[in-house]
Amino acid sequence: MSRLYVARNLKVAARSLGGEMMIMSGRDSTLFTLNRTATIIWQAADGTTTLQEIVEHRICPEFEVEPAQALADAETLARELASHEILQVSENPIPPAKHSTGTDTHAGDSR
Amino acid sequence: MSALMHEMGAKALALGIPLAVQVDLTFRCNERCVHCYLDHDDHGEMTTAEIKHLLEEMAEAGVFILTLSGGEIMLRRDFFEILEHARRLMFCVKLKTNGVLIREREAARIRDLGVESIQISIYSHRAEVHDAITLVPGSLKRSVDAIRFLKAQGLKVVIANVLMTQNMSDYQGVRSLADELGVTATLDPTVTPMMDGNRSTLQFAVGESSLQQVFRDESLVGNVEEFCSLPAGPDAGDLDMLPCSAGHTACYVSPYGDVYPCVQFPLPTGNVRKQRFIDIWRFSDQMNDVRSIRLRDMPSCSQCVHGGTCTRCPGLAYMEGNMRGPSTQDCEKSFARTGVPSVNLLSKKRAPAGLVQIQGAPSLAGATA
Repeated sequence: MSRLYVARNLKVAARSLGGEMMIMSGRDSTLFTLNRTATIIWQAADGTTTLQEIVEHRICPEFEVEPAQALADAETLARELASHEILQVSENPIPPAKHSTGTDTHAGDSR
Repeated sequence: MSALMHEMGAKALALGIPLAVQVDLTFRCNERCVHCYLDHDDHGEMTTAEIKHLLEEMAEAGVFILTLSGGEIMLRRDFFEILEHARRLMFCVKLKTNGVLIREREAARIRDLGVESIQISIYSHRAEVHDAITLVPGSLKRSVDAIRFLKAQGLKVVIANVLMTQNMSDYQGVRSLADELGVTATLDPTVTPMMDGNRSTLQFAVGESSLQQVFRDESLVGNVEEFCSLPAGPDAGDLDMLPCSAGHTACYVSPYGDVYPCVQFPLPTGNVRKQRFIDIWRFSDQMNDVRSIRLRDMPSCSQCVHGGTCTRCPGLAYMEGNMRGPSTQDCEKSFARTGVPSVNLLSKKRAPAGLVQIQGAPSLAGATA
């Protein structure tokens, strides 16, 4: 069972545009857009929920995917986002950063 | 602009989302630039709480790029509190400042808060020229020091240089300074009338021969022949073109909460102290009037050979008296670029006789260093 925790990197800029996250890297201002699946993971990445829980409770009910495959794909995606410093990935819970007050509402869909 | 940002802009336009907003935190300033379009008194700036509330409304509305400007932003004692709140809301924050109050500590704080870029105005590489424009002795040194402090923190800094009669011969020096500092530099020959309509600042705008010189500087415009080529006149697609992003995916909020289509377009559309930001954005009659403008609705510009390629600013046109009319400053740029007078200039009989026409095919929106 995966105990991978994911948290949004608060150094980025982020906003939902029509249901998809647009994210600007805090490292080099590169702009990324996340597809629907990646957006769900990003929005649920609070540092205390495991990736497996996100896949089980947020991805699988919405998409017709086999859970084990969905988790494997999600791990690959999470590590890729981590390589761009968009997400943080850890085998332990990730405490909120000092200036974080929770951004679900404002990073969420504006429509 | 990256292809992806362009795509996001198109998506925001289709969804009616204000992707980018400039908020001026104050009109107060510690410089007194001779060409500035603002008065520098405080007529009742928004409080810290009001600005924080506005930022929350803007985040809800989908604003992604937030430019904090002024006046001088660092004169607000609550500047870092506002900046921190903006970053907590995950805006992509850009700052415009003269940098005079930025030292090592401030630069480090700006870095810690994840600011995307900082634009600093530099008018000349020579202190006697720069300081004579800001009217503050020592200001060039302070601004350049600020750039060094910010660069030392790994931040992206952009030098903004407004081309005027006083510094016309110095733009290459500013570019060299930018190279030495490891930052980029922009050059803009547009001088804006004051927001109250006073046009006295236009006395500092460079003349036609200077514009011609700039538009034929390969280091600025790239392919001169292409940049200065003769326009073909607007086609059917051009006639349905939007003038610019003002009111479509961008707007401006003054320190007093007034919302305008753009910082350079002082058409009042509402006030966030009385209405929600999103309601002004969506339902203001004035904002929707601005949105309705297409080239085909402009009696003069739709008939002009420059119609499809001109950098016409609807805000400058508005300040000239008609937002569906021409902007004479942009007519002059088109003329300096191509040697072909606009319909507007011909009607004013302002096109000098005997100017040599330049060859080529224009599309660039301005000279950028």
